Amino acid sequence: MEKDLARIALFAALIAILGVIPKIALGFGVPITAQSLGVMLAGAVLGARRGGLAVLLFVFAVALGLPLLAGGRGGPGVFVGPSTGFIIGFPVAAFVTGLVVERLRMVPPAISAGLGAFIGGILVMYAFGTVGMAIVLKKSLVEAALLNTAYIPGDLLKAGLTGMLIAAVAKLRPEMLSWYRASGQRI
Amino acid sequence: MISLTSPVRTWAHGWPAGIKLAGLCLGTILLFAIEDMAVQTAAILAVLLLYCLPGRAFLRSGLKHLRVLIPFVVILLVWHFVTDDLALGITVILRMVTAVALANLVTMTTRLTELMDVVRRMLAPLRRAGISTAPLEIAMPLLIRFAPVLIERAELMFQSWRARSMRRQNWRVVLPMMLLALDDADRVGEALKARGGALPNKER
Repeated sequence: MEKDLARIALFAALIAILGVIPKIALGFGVPITAQSLGVMLAGAVLGARRGGLAVLLFVFAVALGLPLLAGGRGGPGVFVGPSTGFIIGFPVAAFVTGLVVERLRMVPPAISAGLGAFIGGILVMYAFGTVGMAIVLKKSLVEAALLNTAYIPGDLLKAGLTGMLIAAVAKLRPEMLSWYRASGQRI
Repeated sequence: MISLTSPVRTWAHGWPAGIKLAGLCLGTILLFAIEDMAVQTAAILAVLLLYCLPGRAFLRSGLKHLRVLIPFVVILLVWHFVTDDLALGITVILRMVTAVALANLVTMTTRLTELMDVVRRMLAPLRRAGISTAPLEIAMPLLIRFAPVLIERAELMFQSWRARSMRRQNWRVVLPMMLLALDDADRVGEALKARGGALPNKER
């Protein structure tokens, strides 16, 4: 119980610093933040329930006004801004990512985590983000989806990174991944 | 801890946080309900006046928080110029900027502890229904306390990266950052347990 709580809180802090530290330019030239990588990792490491709760805690802290969102944003203002859909979708994205890794136990962790990040962190996240943008900017869903396409390559990359990072965790510290240990797999 | 609270103390700092939040909710609902451009213009001027009242330093830090909206304003202007309905575009921009500015006003004039009190009071029905809100009340301070700690750690990792490699640091630092955070979490969990656990005795 206490350990779960601490992991949830510290992962929320990790997501925060992945967005706040500008130096993680990920080395691809494009100024994409690592914050959505943090959301994917939360689901993939902690699993659906705890991963979702970690991201929910993060979003809650943002709503209260802590400047934890990429670019130092925070406060209720972000929930009426154009990216509100993405922020509301964050916890769901982590939950779905966790759900996928928990269900796909027969495949290597790199693939289940990468696939989870793709389904949760991209498909689910963009569904929320597009609806949010359509409402705030008064566009149709298709037009809003078009405005979002610029970020998809970066997020595909992050889904791939999630797979690689989780594979490394599974090799180095398998006990960190509760869903992985439960499956009885060992490399 | 860094925060978005205003550098200047204003009269609004003394208002109850709950009232400010309720006003914000009402204002935002009204903004999204009324399409009329004259009303939207009046609203943005009124909010601008609120920003000007506490003085120049307040106005400057307030405008700084609004800079993140500039790319969206540009996109909307171009979009609606191309599709030939500039009036609608301007209404949408006015509404977006006003809504965000209004919300930031609450953030700038309310301390985090006051907001936490509002949250605690809003969650009171849950407690009465027998659901403990203690985990949330422990997790929030943990998050606030450990964010700067993790930033410091990351800074150290960047330094050691620079000391050992000619190449720029890349995504690979995320792995040790994550493992260290999880290690910390396990130790914090043990410390919490040693100090009586996450739930108060009567709720256990």
